[in-house]
Amino acid sequence: MDILQIVFTESFWAASLRIATPLIFGVLGALICERAGVLNLGIEGIFVAGAMSGWMAVWLGAGLWGGVLVAALAGGFFGFIHALLTVPLGLSQHVSGLGVTLFATSVSYFTYRTALPNVSSPPRIEPFRPLDVPILSDLPFVGPVLFQQTALTWLALLMVAVVWYVLNRTPLGVAIKAVGDNPSSVDAQGLSVYGLRIGAIVAGSALMALGGAFLTMSAFDAFFFGMINGRGWICIALVIFASWRPGKALIGALLFGAFDALQVRLQTEVGALVPSQVFLMMPYILSIIALVIAARGADYPRALLQPWFKGQR
Amino acid sequence: MASDKVLSLNGLSKRFGSVVANNDVSLTLNKGEVLALLGENGAGKTTLMNMLFGHYLPDEGSVEVADESGALRALPLGHPQAAIAAGVGMVHQHFTLAENLNALDNIVMGSENLRALHRNRRAAAEKIQTIMTRSGLSAPLDVPVGRLSVGERQRVEILKALYRDVRILVLDEPTAVLTPQEADTLFENIGAMARDGLSVIFISHKLREVLAFSHRIAVLRHGANVGEIATADADERTIARMMVGADTERTERSAMEPGAPVLSLRDIRVPGRSERDTLEIPELDVCGNEIVGIAGVSGNGQAALAGVISGTVQPQSGTIEIGGKTLHDFSPTAMIGAGVGRIPEDRHHDGIVGSMSVAENMVIERLDDEEVQKNGLLRREAIVRNAERLTEAYDVRGPGVQAPARLLSGGNIQKLILARVFEQMPSLILANQPTRGLDMGAAAEVARRLLEARARGAGIILISEDLDEVLGLADRILVIHDGKLGTAPSRDRESIGLMMAGEMA
Amino acid sequence: MIRIEPRQDSGPLLRYGVPVLSAVVALALAAIPLASAGANVVTAYGEMFSGVFGSIFAFSEMLTRATPLIFTGLAAAVAFRARLWNIGAEGQLYLGAMAAIAVGTGLFDIPGIFLLPLIILCGAAAGAAGMALPTFLRTRFGADEVVTTLLLNFIILIFLQMMLEGPIKDPMGLGWPQSPPILDQGMLPTLIDRMRVHSGLVLAIVAAVIAQFMLVRSVWGFRLRAVGENASAARHAGIGVNRLLFSVAIVSGALAGLAGVSEVAGLKGYLTADLSPGFGYTGIVVAMLAGLSPAGVVLSALFIASVFVGADSMSRAMGVSSYLADLVVSMSLLCVLVGGFFARFRIVRTRVSAGGA
Repeated sequence: MDILQIVFTESFWAASLRIATPLIFGVLGALICERAGVLNLGIEGIFVAGAMSGWMAVWLGAGLWGGVLVAALAGGFFGFIHALLTVPLGLSQHVSGLGVTLFATSVSYFTYRTALPNVSSPPRIEPFRPLDVPILSDLPFVGPVLFQQTALTWLALLMVAVVWYVLNRTPLGVAIKAVGDNPSSVDAQGLSVYGLRIGAIVAGSALMALGGAFLTMSAFDAFFFGMINGRGWICIALVIFASWRPGKALIGALLFGAFDALQVRLQTEVGALVPSQVFLMMPYILSIIALVIAARGADYPRALLQPWFKGQR
Repeated sequence: MASDKVLSLNGLSKRFGSVVANNDVSLTLNKGEVLALLGENGAGKTTLMNMLFGHYLPDEGSVEVADESGALRALPLGHPQAAIAAGVGMVHQHFTLAENLNALDNIVMGSENLRALHRNRRAAAEKIQTIMTRSGLSAPLDVPVGRLSVGERQRVEILKALYRDVRILVLDEPTAVLTPQEADTLFENIGAMARDGLSVIFISHKLREVLAFSHRIAVLRHGANVGEIATADADERTIARMMVGADTERTERSAMEPGAPVLSLRDIRVPGRSERDTLEIPELDVCGNEIVGIAGVSGNGQAALAGVISGTVQPQSGTIEIGGKTLHDFSPTAMIGAGVGRIPEDRHHDGIVGSMSVAENMVIERLDDEEVQKNGLLRREAIVRNAERLTEAYDVRGPGVQAPARLLSGGNIQKLILARVFEQMPSLILANQPTRGLDMGAAAEVARRLLEARARGAGIILISEDLDEVLGLADRILVIHDGKLGTAPSRDRESIGLMMAGEMA
Repeated sequence: MIRIEPRQDSGPLLRYGVPVLSAVVALALAAIPLASAGANVVTAYGEMFSGVFGSIFAFSEMLTRATPLIFTGLAAAVAFRARLWNIGAEGQLYLGAMAAIAVGTGLFDIPGIFLLPLIILCGAAAGAAGMALPTFLRTRFGADEVVTTLLLNFIILIFLQMMLEGPIKDPMGLGWPQSPPILDQGMLPTLIDRMRVHSGLVLAIVAAVIAQFMLVRSVWGFRLRAVGENASAARHAGIGVNRLLFSVAIVSGALAGLAGVSEVAGLKGYLTADLSPGFGYTGIVVAMLAGLSPAGVVLSALFIASVFVGADSMSRAMGVSSYLADLVVSMSLLCVLVGGFFARFRIVRTRVSAGGA
């Protein structure tokens, strides 16, 4: 067993990026919500909703990009519920988020079961194919790692740049960062605290849903119960690790993908010696470790978890 | 002919539940005028200005603001955006700044189109530079506001308003966080801007600055406008009488010989985020029968000092002796056990558990007491009886001892805390901003209780940003600046003010 | 113009009315998915009702289903009251169940009067340990316990699978990943002949009564409420916040562990990886519906259990997916949240004078 050998293979890095893709979407989405001052624990359910609705739209003939759109809309819808409960009503962001996760999950499962009452093996769709960019794909190493990913992975990478640009270079980004630090600063300048927060949550939730859609439309080609398996929660831990910055979010997701890819490969090497479950646990244990390392010095958005009511200071 | 009038508030009323904050208040403001809005805490000054700025919606009344041509136009109420558009700017007492953004972003935010894909930071910076030169107010633009000093933050707040081309500027207690010298500079700048045509309303309860810097004074009492007077015709006595409705009664303080030390701090060091708020006390003694006043502008280490004596802050090094005994454990429990009574600065946040009953809040500091519990179970009858006795003795008024403490008014919450603390006969009392936000009656009650405790032999540390309060109560005055204590050479406002600003007199 | 204003004090009608109303609204909203699944709504509600109240057996099934929910609901209620976000009851339930299997399947072949308390004690201890770790990570490192408890749920479930394929695999189990059965004398006795409802229910109700009493009448409960409502004031008043949080974590984790014990030693007799269909997460809904009051937990657990059992029976009769129950449960959580808002605040319509004149 030679870890170095594994780390230098193209397939390892291609797999890392593939595993990281849904997390990139999820971390970016959670980051936008939290930058605006709202923790969104609906993420796990929104992943499920994105995975199910995107897949089902394609299965019903909407086309792959139609599926992506449907997933984003579904994510936005469940995000909107969370936004209504936590922003104008100012309810506990923890409990509301968990409620949205339970709700989105049960709506998805119920819809899937109602549409497909008696199937033993889930129907499959034709998923996104690797882009296979001419010439570039044939480059050594970089080619297989970068240019044989699917369009959704590229979309995820693009979104990192977009979110970074919006947060750091546009008036909207300034306002979102301000509303997560001190909502009164935004209110005093005549901007709408509610509007900014609700908008950020809806947009962030739509991004989260794309993470789910990647799983059913790119990584796999069907929807299974329990397929999200805590990926949403992992994203919540990674946001803190990324100190709410898009660039560091990408690095965090990639590191995570690399560890996960590594453990799969190690598993095949030493599978006889160690029970496979030890490897399955690793992503969750890694997330907890990342959280513990990052939590001490974490520079939380100051208004995170704090409800704000107009006319009350 | 267009009149000189730029603002007219017509019969504004505002109620919060059963509390009348403003009752039929009318007020006008002329171009280039500096109007002081004076009144006790709770007289309704801030509420009135918040209605003008659209943060609160009045129950009755209207607001008119002059447009460019000088004609008065009705202002849509309840919309800060409309107020901004009409040329009204407000600087709140509690800064409304995003600390993670720099001054430029804070100033420009809201005046840019949110749908714009890029920002013209250079043009904005140039415009701000012009305003800074013209107004004499300056602040670093590219540092996160969280790292600016309080004075700089306030200038950013004013620049925010000026950037929006305000014609009417409202300042809510602008000098509360400034040293007397900083305050004077600020008012000089404001005076210059008024001569350029800016109309200014500033809220204050400090008679001195009102008399020195305003053109006209309007006084609010119990939410109503009780009179206006040209500053030239006013003196301290007349406006004080207008404020409280009667001549103020000075708290009588008899001279006393200090007793044995009840608190001795030695070489205490509490690291802060910067050198500036690092607390360093080589030596501090407080004796029985003595009130030691600690004056200073907030944010100069008062929180750390109060934390050490409360037991909520662990100093990095140093020793603390209470009643001659060295404490080895810095915890609230240890402090309470050693006979320290603590009146916290933020009484809502640190003083009471709002959703628990008045009776429960009365015993929260002595849950291990035999009177309160037996074998781990609460003695509920005894707790209620205790509360009934104390609410009577300390005149805590409210909907009863079983009601949640949050239903009490600020003054009654403070009385609840006084009852809880003083009933234990503490040998040392920490009173941190004990009268902030209280009306004069409640404030006088606090002062009376402190003097009473001093007379019975307690030592008292009084931390206050209100220099008048310190001058009125303290036997000995120390000034805290940049985390270091200095002894005031005399009880003279000028020299203490200079020390508060860090200049040794 | 609309404004939100806090109520001075919400009366008993609001306090008790809101959860009941939320439950009713959530049930009524189930008509939408029912109709969209093509079912006759009236018949479906009828089936759900008779699925719970139609026979002694059905009622006993409901009580059986409520038992673990009372435990996990109490686990959430006690922790949430102290603002300790234990979302890990699912994992702690499995820890409790594993501990019960570890000591109850033959390690100690002792009379039931000793074995049963031993099983209960070990299960509670295992659950407590499962919550003590994330609480330590929070108080020592500031790691948010919401995330750590959620992630631990997955870790514990995978750990269970590992155990079921190894150390606690039943050699007689024909290769299935399941544990050997608990010794007969280690089982919680059933309450009614030929019914599945067992004495775990009595245990759960006793736990709720004790929790209610402790919360209201004990110094520990006083400290817990103070820390939950205003940790800063509690700390200032000399209450050791971290110490209290640990004690709450132990109690909350132990209650969740007992849910596992009661399922294994009261109902199933052996342990598989699908012992709990999300009892831990549902416990959160139970607790919220109960307004975080331990006594209320018993009632709301009965309601939620009725929804599950009723929907199962309706599902069998009419072919509508039984995920309907999860849908109703999640909707009742959202409804009670919104209802709680209206219990604490009132919406005031304010007249705006035309302005100017």
